[in-house]
Amino acid sequence: MANLPSNQTDIALPHPQHPVDVARALPPRRPATWVLSIITVVVAAQIVNLVLTNPNFEWNVVGQYLNSETVLQGVVMTLFLTVTALTIGLVLGGVLAVCKLSDNALLSALASSYIWLFRGTPQLVQLIFWFNIGLLVPVLSIGIPFGPTFASIESNTLVTPLLAAIIGLGLHDAAYQAEIYRAGLISVDEGQLEAAQALGMKPVRVFFRIQLPQAMRFIVPPTFNSIIALVKGTSLVSVIGGTELLFSVKQIYSQTYQTVPLLIVASIWYLFITTVLNGVQFFIERHYGRGSSRNGSSVIVARFFDRRAAKRYRNRGLQS
Amino acid sequence: MTLPILRISGLRKHFSGVEVLKGIDLEVHVGETVALLGSSGSGKSTLLRCVNCLEVASGGSIWVGDEVMGYRQESKGTLRRLTESQIAVQRRQVGMVFQNFNLFPHWTVLQNIADGPRSILKLSKADAIERSMTLLTRVGVADRANAYPRQLSGGQQQRVAIARALALEPALLLFDEPTSALDPENVSEVTDVMAALAAGGATMLVVTHELGFARAAADRVVFLDGGVILEQGSPAEVFDHSQQPRTREFLRKTLV
Repeated sequence: MANLPSNQTDIALPHPQHPVDVARALPPRRPATWVLSIITVVVAAQIVNLVLTNPNFEWNVVGQYLNSETVLQGVVMTLFLTVTALTIGLVLGGVLAVCKLSDNALLSALASSYIWLFRGTPQLVQLIFWFNIGLLVPVLSIGIPFGPTFASIESNTLVTPLLAAIIGLGLHDAAYQAEIYRAGLISVDEGQLEAAQALGMKPVRVFFRIQLPQAMRFIVPPTFNSIIALVKGTSLVSVIGGTELLFSVKQIYSQTYQTVPLLIVASIWYLFITTVLNGVQFFIERHYGRGSSRNGSSVIVARFFDRRAAKRYRNRGLQS
Repeated sequence: MTLPILRISGLRKHFSGVEVLKGIDLEVHVGETVALLGSSGSGKSTLLRCVNCLEVASGGSIWVGDEVMGYRQESKGTLRRLTESQIAVQRRQVGMVFQNFNLFPHWTVLQNIADGPRSILKLSKADAIERSMTLLTRVGVADRANAYPRQLSGGQQQRVAIARALALEPALLLFDEPTSALDPENVSEVTDVMAALAAGGATMLVVTHELGFARAAADRVVFLDGGVILEQGSPAEVFDHSQQPRTREFLRKTLV
């Protein structure tokens, strides 16, 4: 008591009739939360009502075209572009990230320049550029550098809209993916790498068994961000005549003038694809999150799956 | 006397102009436990990290067995720096235990220990698990074999880290302040394991602030100050009959 200010003394508390127990306490009153919740619900209901009852949305047309052949072909092309560009992005991005982190000044500078160029110019410009590569390099040849050529082909024949789209989306994605990888890799504690080295692990093994798996926790969320951006980014390909989803619905509404319902058809498909991706992300994140907390997952859904996963891990024993 | 397993001669190390080690000569013989004492900044952790090439020495040499750590002697007498992969092979003779344990958090305790025997010593899966479980029993953490490191207490983690280092059967064990990150009540469970190792004939170089451990378990105590070895001898010589005022001052302040 000696250290307390003089105006603070023991307060005579009224003796409670019942012993106090916080376990029986009521939740706090939150009137503002209630008011805001009601306003939000009313506004949301109005928006839903507007969408469902406004005849201009033409939901019957949406239903009519959702599974039409042209649209489905567009969906398949969008998925194909996403998967091919993503493959290029994930692989090339990994190479770029490792080069940028390398001690070799030349490799590091090359990777930095690539990232600078492909992140610094608009994706749409890059797509149009690759589509028109024939203007810059009319003929592509295979041969000995500065020596004889074995085979050559006109750029315009080789670089179709499809190839231009794959190259354009893939190379652009690689630049972003490289930075995502790099962020994850440098977030791994230096002590982890030292411990692996001290055990006599060779650099490649340290990278793939120790650094990368721990980096994945930081790599996966932004990667899915960028995959979702890539799915939607494929719509830019319609500009160079790639027959993906947006191009397909454009083809239809340019004849029928049912612009709004067909854009909704495209949006529904984009939402469907990204929703599936969200699910995939959830499972991948859970896989790389193992061992990262004392009590397992905090998300309720994850807890449900964790019970089964925990059993699996217990039975698995040694992984290597 | 037997050949020293570790021979450090004239070791120098500077970080961007600041000289941390100013010519260290030290030998550790097979079966010997050497405690490295000194105040923070005296260079004792740097010395330890130079031994397994986590730091690259600026001068002098470090011999483990008949190899210069980090280098290869070429036929014409020149010395050639090794690649990281080649250094990795050299490091397999030297185990290390870190202040912050540095167990791999994405692997279970068992995986942490069994990976080395499995991937480096090429033991079969069954043999690797058997060796790991034997070591875990020895350090008293066998019941947590399938837990992840973060589910263990600090003392348990450090005992697992010791088992992990032992799993490769190194010729020399390095300990870098192994109890400094522990709660006081957990220190003894780790020093007990280390003392048992020392008594069992392991060759150990231990950077520590646990003077009790050094006195009880070390064959020799080395006192480092300002990047040089100021004094060394048996625990009794250094603790009770120190010739150096600087050592006596350090001991007085640390023992309080």
